[in-house]
Amino acid sequence: MSEKELGKKWDRCLADSAIKLGTGLGLGIVFSVLFFKRHTWPISFGSGVGLGMAYANCQNDLRSHYLQHRRQSVFI
Amino acid sequence: AGLVTVGGGIGGTILYAKWDNKFRAAVENNVPYSDWLLGLALGPPSPKSGLPIKKQVRILEESLTSSAKATLQAIGAQEAALQAITRHTLKLKEAMEAEEKSAQWKDLEAALADRTGAVNDAETALSKANEALDSLKSVIDKSKGLKVSAVRPLVLAAEENLHNMVVDLDKVVTKVHSAESEAKIVSQYSELVNEAKQQFQREVSSLTPEIQANWKGLTGKLSSDDLNALIAHAHRRIDQLNRELAEQRVREQIHIDAALEQQKLEDQKALEKAVSTALQHIKEEARLEQERKLSELREVMEAEMRTQLRRQAAAHTDHVRDVLKVQEQELRVDAEQVLSSKMLEQETRYRQLSQEQLDNFTLDMNTAYARLKGMEEAIDSHVVAEEEARKAHQLWLSVEALNYTLKTANADIPTVPLEGAAQAVRDSCHDSDFALALSSALPEESLHRGVYSEASLRARFNSLRSLARRVALIDESHNSLYQYFLSYLQAALLFEEKQEAPPAQLCSEDLDPFKLLSYASYCLEHGDLELAAKLVNQLRGEARRVVEDWLTEARLTLETRQVVSLLSAYANAVGLGTTQAP
Repeated sequence: MSEKELGKKWDRCLADSAIKLGTGLGLGIVFSVLFFKRHTWPISFGSGVGLGMAYANCQNDLRSHYLQHRRQSVFI
Repeated sequence: AGLVTVGGGIGGTILYAKWDNKFRAAVENNVPYSDWLLGLALGPPSPKSGLPIKKQVRILEESLTSSAKATLQAIGAQEAALQAITRHTLKLKEAMEAEEKSAQWKDLEAALADRTGAVNDAETALSKANEALDSLKSVIDKSKGLKVSAVRPLVLAAEENLHNMVVDLDKVVTKVHSAESEAKIVSQYSELVNEAKQQFQREVSSLTPEIQANWKGLTGKLSSDDLNALIAHAHRRIDQLNRELAEQRVREQIHIDAALEQQKLEDQKALEKAVSTALQHIKEEARLEQERKLSELREVMEAEMRTQLRRQAAAHTDHVRDVLKVQEQELRVDAEQVLSSKMLEQETRYRQLSQEQLDNFTLDMNTAYARLKGMEEAIDSHVVAEEEARKAHQLWLSVEALNYTLKTANADIPTVPLEGAAQAVRDSCHDSDFALALSSALPEESLHRGVYSEASLRARFNSLRSLARRVALIDESHNSLYQYFLSYLQAALLFEEKQEAPPAQLCSEDLDPFKLLSYASYCLEHGDLELAAKLVNQLRGEARRVVEDWLTEARLTLETRQVVSLLSAYANAVGLGTTQAP
């Protein structure tokens, strides 16, 4: 069902963002703990990276239909 | 029934009496009033004319012979009587004249007895002969009454014989009468003598009572007194007798005259009688002679006439033969002509009739054949029409089945695959290209998977609608996440009519997704899936992508429904076309 596609996309997106955010946060925390003497900026940096990546992914996923690969269009 | 039998019996008796006279005589004798009835019915009984002539002749001959016999007998008897009378008379005379002797008396008595017997016999014979002669006479009269020529000579002979017999009989009878009269005289004389003797005897007996009657043989017993008395008496008697004699002599002449007169009268009578009989006899003879002559003449004439007639008959037969020959010829010619014409006519008629018959037959055969052909064609066309009707009916049934399968869709489950029903439809419309085309126009999805019902589509749309609203702003160019956020915000903040009736023509304003969605909702609520699909088709961008599947499904359903309705219409049309009105 085409209507379920968006939902699926959103599911993926949310899951992905959750993972990325969590991973970023975690990495940030780890880096901040490990490398950057518990400064908060790696945590925010890491979560920001995570969030940004998730956002971009999500957006890409949502756009994916409209961005058809050029190779395909050329070959048609 | 009883009346019928009685009437029939009476009628039968009358008829038979008419035919048989003896029967009629018998009936008339035995049944009273039958003679009146039969006289009324048949007329007076006819004489013995029914008897054939031979019988009549035989009767005549028989009566002749019998009468001849009787006459001979009578004559013989009369002769015998005559002889007996004469003998008796002689005997009496002898007895009178001679002295009485007992033997003579006995002879006399014998002769007397003889005479009486002979006379009686003669009388009976005479009566018999007379009867026979009378019967002969009657027979002769009857035969004369017949008026048949063949009998006439016999009749004449019979008459002559009769006449002769009558003559002989009369002669003999006269002889007998004369002898009888003589005998009477002699007997009178003898009686007188006897009377005198008896008187004398009485006187003697009165005088001498003790003496017996037969005084001849008693001469010895008489006494003298008696004798004297007797002699005196005898003398007295003689005197008396002498006196009487004298008287008698005196009266002799007178007596003789009277006797003569008497005799004359008697003689006259006898003469007259004899004359009359002789006259009769002569008349009879003359008549007989005449009749004989007449018959001879008649015979001669008849012979002559016969010869003449024969001649004439011969001439006539010749003439008739000739005429007949000629006539025969003529008639034959005529008949042949007529025959030939009739034959011709019959032939022509026959030919005509047979031709007519043949024509009629041919006509009938042709008509029958044409009718048969017509009937066959009608039946064939009927069969064809029936076949068509059956096929149409089958088609219609299969289409109805197909239609029905569309209804098997429940809430979210599609219908059963339409393959089977579609196959049935295809099977039942081999010869209809239209139907085949239509049945092949069914979309594959519907065949294999089935289609969704309108209700399910409607429900689905309702859930779709909110989603479509949410992504209303997203399209190719606007598809970042921020746009998504904005679109969501718009959907949350924008309120439109749940359902809005779509206008007849869409203008550019109406292409707003929210408007479109409300139009589509309205259409769906009102059952117009087609318009809803059209409206939904106007969506662009992400909303369009979201409702793509729904649209496909809707299209599928619509297509299937269209095809099925077309098929149904077609089946109905075909069915109507092939249905025969009762």
